[in-house]
Order: sequence, then C-alpha cells, then structure tokens
Amino acid sequence: MAEWRLVLKTLFARRVVLIALVLLALMLLMAAISQWVLPHDPMAMKVSQRLRAPNWSHWSGTDELGRDITSRIFYGARYSLAIGAGTALLAAFFGTLLGLLAGFFKRLDAPLMRCVDAMMAFPDILLGIALVSILGASPTNVVLALTIVYTPRVARVVRASTLVIRELPYVEAARAVGVSTTRLLGVHILPNLMSPILVQLSFIFAYALLAEAGLSFLGVGVGAEIPTWGTMVAASTQYADRAFWTLFFPGMAIVLTALSLQILGDGVRDLLDPRLKGTQ
Amino acid sequence: MSRMSWGTLGRTLLGRLGGMLAVLSLVSVLVFLLTRLAAGDPMAMLLGDQASLADIELARERYGLDQPLLAQFVLWLGEVLKGNLGQSIFLQTPVTQVLLDRAEPTAWLAIFSVSLAMLIGVPCGIASAVWRGRWIDQCVSTLAMLGASMPSFWMGLLVIQLLAVGAGWFPVSGYGEPGAGWLTRLHHLLLPALVLGTLNSALIIRFTRASMLDILGEDYIRTARSKGLTESTVVLKHALRNALVPILTVLGLTLALMIGGAVVTETVFNLPGLGNLVVRAVLRRDYPVIQGALLVIAGIYVIINFTIDVLYVFVDPRVRHG
Repeated sequence: MAEWRLVLKTLFARRVVLIALVLLALMLLMAAISQWVLPHDPMAMKVSQRLRAPNWSHWSGTDELGRDITSRIFYGARYSLAIGAGTALLAAFFGTLLGLLAGFFKRLDAPLMRCVDAMMAFPDILLGIALVSILGASPTNVVLALTIVYTPRVARVVRASTLVIRELPYVEAARAVGVSTTRLLGVHILPNLMSPILVQLSFIFAYALLAEAGLSFLGVGVGAEIPTWGTMVAASTQYADRAFWTLFFPGMAIVLTALSLQILGDGVRDLLDPRLKGTQ
Repeated sequence: MSRMSWGTLGRTLLGRLGGMLAVLSLVSVLVFLLTRLAAGDPMAMLLGDQASLADIELARERYGLDQPLLAQFVLWLGEVLKGNLGQSIFLQTPVTQVLLDRAEPTAWLAIFSVSLAMLIGVPCGIASAVWRGRWIDQCVSTLAMLGASMPSFWMGLLVIQLLAVGAGWFPVSGYGEPGAGWLTRLHHLLLPALVLGTLNSALIIRFTRASMLDILGEDYIRTARSKGLTESTVVLKHALRNALVPILTVLGLTLALMIGGAVVTETVFNLPGLGNLVVRAVLRRDYPVIQGALLVIAGIYVIINFTIDVLYVFVDPRVRHG
C-alpha cells in the first residue's frame, strides 16, 4: 500500500499530470451523467437557432440544425470515450497475449513477430478505413477495426519486456523449483509487465480517439447520425467559413482529451524510466 | 575489415533480406485476404444491375473467382509480380497507371513534410536534451505532445480557415490546373506540408531528445568536456554525430506516418494524391484500386525500413559485429 502511495506521489510531482487526470475525470463524469445535467437536449433541432455564435444560452454556439454544441460535445463524449477505451482495452488484452507468447516461447517468436511487422506495415488510418469499409460503418466495427490496428503495437512492446524479464534470476529460480509454465507466465511475469501495458493503454486510448475522428471525417466511421466528436467536426466542414465554432469546439474536445491521455501515459513512463524523465 | 567480419556482415544482411521477404509475402497475403473478405460480389458490382446470374457466373470463371482461395491467391500474386495490379472498376484503367498518375503529389508532400519535421524536430530535441528540465525543455515537450494530440484533419481545416480563407495567402484546396507550373504546385503543397510536417515533428523531437540524453551521459563526452572543449563543440560535434544514428530509425517511422497522414491531409486539401485515391476507392468500393494502393504503400514502408536496417549495419559497428 505504501508503495502505491509513493508511486502516486511521484506521478503527481509534475503538476501537469495531475491536471490531465482531473480533466479526464471531469470528461468521464460528464459523459456518465450528461443525460441529467445538460443545458439542452443534444438531439433537439431548432431551425430558428441554426448556426448561432457562442452566447450565454449556447456556450459553444449551435450547429447547422440549431442543436446546442456544448450539449452535443458532452453527449458525444460517451461514444468517443467508449470507442477509445474499448479499443485500448481489447488491443491491450490481445496484444499482451501475443507479446507474452512471442517473448516467452522462442519457437513462436519469429513467426508471430513477422506477422506483427506485416500488420504494422500498413499506416494506422489506412488499415482502419480498409477494415471499416469491409466490416461496415458502426461503432462496434470501428472498435473492432482499431483493435486489429493497434494490437500489433502492444504485442511488440510486451514481447520486448518479456524477453528481458524471462532472463531475470527470479524467473529462473521459479522455473528451477518446478513452477508450471502457465503459472510462470500469469503469476510471475505478467505482473511485471503491468507498467508498460498501462503506458500503452493510455497512448492507444488517445490514438483510437484520434483515429475514430479521422475515420468519421473520411466518411467510413461510426455513421453520421451518431454524435461523436469526429462526426461533429466532419459535419462542420461545410459551415466552417461562416460558423468557425462548429469546427473549433468539438476539435478542442478531441485535442484536450488526447493530450491529457498522453500526458498521463508519459507520466507513467517517466516513473518507469527515469532516463527519459522530463524534470529532474 | 578482415575476411571474418565480411562473412558476418553478409550473414547479417542475408538475414535482414530474408526477414523483409517474409514480411512482404505476409503483407501480400493480408492485402489479398482483406479484399476477398469484403462484403459484396465484385463481379456483380463490375457488371451492374442488368447482369444475369449466368453472366456473373461466366465472369467469375473468367477472373478465376470460381477456383479455390489458394489458387486465386497464386494467380493474383503471379500477376502482381508481373506488375499487373488489375483494372480499376470505376476508372476502367489499369491500377498501376492510376497509382503512377497519383504518386507525384504524395511524393512531394512526403518529402516536404519529412524535411520540415526534421528541421523542427532535431534542433528542438537537441535543445530540450541539453537544457533538460529547464523551461525550454518543458515547452518543447508540451508542444510535442500537443502535436501528437491534434487530429491532422482538424488542424488542416483550421489553417485553411485562418491562412487560406481568412488571410488569403494560400489556395484553399487542389493542386492547381492540370499542367500548371511548379511554382503553383509548390504553393498548393505548402499548407498540407506545414500541417503534416509540424504534427509529425513530435516523434522526431522525442527520439532526438532521448537519443541525445543517452549520449550526453557517456564517458567520452565527459572526456571531451574535461579536455576543455566548448560546450557547443561537445554537443554539436561529439554528441550529435552519434545521436543521429538512432534518429535514422525514426525517419523510416515518420515516412510511414506521412503516408498514413497523407490519406487524411490529402482529403482535407483535396490534393490528387495516393491517399485521396484510396479514400475515394473505399467510398466507391473499387477493390482493385484499394488492393493495389494498400500493397504499394505497405511495400514502400517495408522497403524503407529494410534500407534503414541495412544502413544501420554499415553505420553502427556494434550491429555489424554483434
């Protein structure tokens, strides 16, 4: 327990990490309780109120159908965050599995890693649009496609760490006393991989958030009728010259969330590798 | 170099080559499966609504689609190796021709943005390593992270609004009239390159910084300092030379990111490049074009990485002998 307190204390020594965490928590909270606290109905169209500049009633203005943008950002947060988190968790799960197998069993290493290399030869967004166009546009399929895109990334990181841990004396000792392979992997090696996996989780969360926005912008994302931050920016492009706020605010939601996630991931990484530490 | 180490060198290079060929074959299998898994019969799409079932059956036979998957793959790969990527369903021209027509804007965009990313990334990375923990390091790190958190299409739309629509300094979109001079082309490329280059400098900053910090902790740097050399000589002459080696790797990575980023950026700026082509092909379900473009783009990535791996063997003696 005391160890955890030390970890948290070091993590928050950089104030910016704390700010990032607070921002993320706020965003999650708003997404969770948005249906009760939103100032306006995110789906209610009011043609008389279309493309209004930000004012006291509509803090971020209204969109082309007269819908309140602030409300839509918070309502859309649940889709955007769910897609990001879902992708990150699934990619972390499958990537850890593959990475552990490749790192631990020498015979599996080369074939698995060549597959990972081949997958990573496709640029993220390109593989993403190809997969979504095959699977069909829907939130579930976007998560599925992005999981396929980011799993190799986790696999590579986990494999590298496994290779190091596998050679440590304590693993050898465990093997010498006859610990089974499954137990060795699950109980002795996996816990030591938690920190790099955590770093990858937060980074992939951010990447998936950006990728979802990109896919929606290109017209092969979740489907235009679902208000994610990506579809909101995509819809704004036609009106951006007259109504800059329709473009600006949903994009800011993406930037701030992705930035917070990366700062958090970076904070955790600094904790693990003091050599890369930003502050001394 | 003795004969012994030439042998090791040859073995290392052969190993790398084998690895690359394995990855390339896997890439081709992936591309083939991706488009074969796609929903909808490509023949029905090709022949249109008027085609009868018998027509479709006939066409399937002609294109070899009635054969087992493995036979289809062998047939397809044979054609690919001969340089035949098939015919675009929508444009009715060979895919190779379509790709060649679209390669130029993407190539220039990639070259400009990688150069810009290096111009921003390397000095910033060096500065933040040298003044580690100071305000300059904090600023650079924060900016780098901001660059990595910004959707490229959003930044593209913002700069279009500010610098093209608002200030009127740049064209809003496109690549100029067909046959326009290189100056017009350049003018059209500047904004997209600015967006891609700045956003992708983040990775280079991070790598340069880490690599510089590594080197600055080495013994020979302390020796150089104790000889009384000025700090700028130590950093720029002694440290930078070795720090640049790992940055080679990130150059390959950045190029790959550029191609991916180009997909979105070219769409935002309506540049008639490869990325734009793929997006349109996906929206039109023009599978031969998707297949060809994926294969070429992934192939370029693999070959760039292989080249950098090989350069590494020559540049870094530890890799050669290790």
